[in-house]
Amino acid sequence: MSVLNPPRSAPARSAGRPPGARENFSAWANRHRKWLFAAPAMIFVGVLIVFPLAWTLYLSLTDSQGSVRAASEFIGLQNYLTVLSDVDRFWPAVGRTLTFTGVALVCEVVLGMCIALLLWRPFRGEKWVRVAILLPLVATPVAVGMMWRLIFDPNIGFANQLLGMIGIPPQPWLSGQDTALGTTIFMDVWQWTPMVVLILLAGLTSLSEEPDEAARMDGANSFQRFFYITLPLMMPTVIVAILLRGIDALKTFDILYATKGKGGGSFHEVETLNVYAYGLSFDYNQYGLSSAVLILFFMIIIGSMWLLTMRKKAVSK
Amino acid sequence: MTVLNENIESQTGSAAGTPRVRRRRKPLATRAYKVFRVVALIAVVLFLIAPLFWMLLASFKTNVDIYDTGKALLFSPTAENYANVLQRNNYFIFIFNSFWVAFVSTVLSLVLGVPAAYAMSRFTMHRSALVVLMARVIPGVSLLVPWYYVFSNLRMVGGFEVLILSHMFVSLPLIVYIMMSYFDSMPLELEESAQVDGLTPIGAFRRITLPLSVAGIATAAILSFIFSWNNFMFALVLSGSKTKTLPVAIFDFVSYASIDWGGLMAAATVVTIPIMIIALFTQKYIVSGMTAGATKG
Repeated sequence: MSVLNPPRSAPARSAGRPPGARENFSAWANRHRKWLFAAPAMIFVGVLIVFPLAWTLYLSLTDSQGSVRAASEFIGLQNYLTVLSDVDRFWPAVGRTLTFTGVALVCEVVLGMCIALLLWRPFRGEKWVRVAILLPLVATPVAVGMMWRLIFDPNIGFANQLLGMIGIPPQPWLSGQDTALGTTIFMDVWQWTPMVVLILLAGLTSLSEEPDEAARMDGANSFQRFFYITLPLMMPTVIVAILLRGIDALKTFDILYATKGKGGGSFHEVETLNVYAYGLSFDYNQYGLSSAVLILFFMIIIGSMWLLTMRKKAVSK
Repeated sequence: MTVLNENIESQTGSAAGTPRVRRRRKPLATRAYKVFRVVALIAVVLFLIAPLFWMLLASFKTNVDIYDTGKALLFSPTAENYANVLQRNNYFIFIFNSFWVAFVSTVLSLVLGVPAAYAMSRFTMHRSALVVLMARVIPGVSLLVPWYYVFSNLRMVGGFEVLILSHMFVSLPLIVYIMMSYFDSMPLELEESAQVDGLTPIGAFRRITLPLSVAGIATAAILSFIFSWNNFMFALVLSGSKTKTLPVAIFDFVSYASIDWGGLMAAATVVTIPIMIIALFTQKYIVSGMTAGATKG
C-alpha cells in the first residue's frame, strides 16, 4: 500500500490567482482542486464502505436473522459471547484461516524468492517464462478451482495418475477430511506465487550492484552473498509482498467456495472465517451472528497488518 | 528449449576451436548452475502451464474419454462441450454480462479514481488515501450484508447497477493505488512550465498530465478489468438470472451437472481464455501494475 511507502512529498503549490481577477467557477475550481479531485472517490468509498461497516457493527449487536425486514432486537454483546464460546465452528475457522494464510504465505514467499532469483539475470527465452508466470495470475479463480477439482479427482484425476506412475497409492485430496485444506493451499500457491515472483523480481532489479560486487571481491560465495547481502536488502520488498498477498490470502473465498461449496465441505474441512461468515449471512440468514464474526475477522486482519507494518518500519530503518 | 540449445552450442563450439575458445573458460560451478537453472526454469514453467493445458485438453474430450485414463493425451477431440455450453446454456449472455460489468465499472472507477489519485499524490493526502485503500483490506462479506439489505429493499438486486457498484468497490482502490505510485514517479516540471505558459492548474492536469499518464491509466484499467472479470463473491449474491456473470454461471454449472466434466472444463476455458488473451497482449502493463509501489522501500 502506498500509504505505507509515503510518496516523495510534492511541494503544494498555491494556485496563484492574479490579483483582481474575477472570481468565476474555473478560478474557484482551480483553487479547490485538491478536494474537488479527491472528494468524489472518497464519498463513493465512504457511502459504499464506511456506512455499511458501521451498519455491520450495529447488526452485530442485534439478533437480526431471517428475512431482510424481520424485526431485530438489540442484544448487546450476546453475539460476541456466542461466537467466542463456539468451539465447533468459529475457533476451528480461525485456526484454518491462520493455517491457510500462514502456510500459503511461507510457501509462496520461499518459492517466489527461488523463482525470482532464477529469473534475475537475463537469459534466452525469458519472454516465454514471463508469459507462463502471468497465466495463473490472470486465470479466473472459480475456473481454477474447477480445473483443480478435475485434476485432484480421486478416481479420474491426473494427480493420482501421476502418483501411480511413481508407485504411490491414490490420495483423496479435496474429498479427504485431512487433506482438503492442504490441497486448497496448494491451489493458492499455484495461483499466487507468480505475484510474489513479480514483486520480488522488481525489487531485485532495482537493487544496486555494488554491495554484491564488493562481497564477490572479498571472496564470498553465492550462498553467503545471498544470505548476507541480497536478502537483507530485499527485506522491505519481501514484507510488501507478504502484506499484499497476506491480505488477500486471509480473505480467500473463491477457490474454497468453488471447490468445496457451502460450509467449506460437509465436515467444514476448508471453512475459513470468510467462508464461515458468508455461509452465516447468505446460506443461513444469521445476519447478527455473522456480523459479529465479521467484526472479529476484521480485527484479526487489521491486527496482522499492523504487526507487519511495524516490522516493515523496523526493517526499513 | 532455446536456452538448452545455446548451452550445447557454446560447449561444442569451444571444443571445436572456434574463436570462442579464446575466452576464459567459465568455472565449473557456473556451468553447473547454468544447467541447473535451465532445468529449474523448465520445471517452473511446466508447473504453471500444465494444469491449464490439462483443463484445455479435457474441454475437448467426451466424458467417456475423460474417465478413460488410457486416453490422457491421445483422443479424438470434439467441440461438442463448447457447443453445449455456449448454445444450450446461453453462455454468450454471461460473457456479455461479465464484459459489460467489468467495462463499465472500470470506466467509472477511472473517472473517480484518476483525479483522486492525482490529488492524493500531489498534495500527499495520506490519510485520505488510507480511507480509499481500506477497501482493499475489508473482507467483502462485511459489506455485502448491508448492501444486500439496502439494495433488495430498493428492488435493485439482480440489476446491472448494483453489480457495477460492487465491482467498483474492487477497482477503485486498485486504480487509486496504482495511479498514486504512477503520479509519484512523474516529474512536476512539465506541468509547472505549462502553468507558467498560462494554463490553469486543472488545465495543466487535463492537457499535460493526463496525456502523459496514458501508460499508467492503461495499467490501472487492465488490472481493474481483470479483477472485475474474475470476481465471484459479489456477483454470487447480487446478480440475478439476467445479470449473472461468467464465474457465477460456471459455479451454477456444478450444482446441476456435477459429473459433466467435459462441459465444466469447456465452461472454465470459456471464462479464462478472453482474459488470458488480454493478458498476453498487455503483459508489460500487468507486470508494472502488479509491482506498483512494491519497490519504493
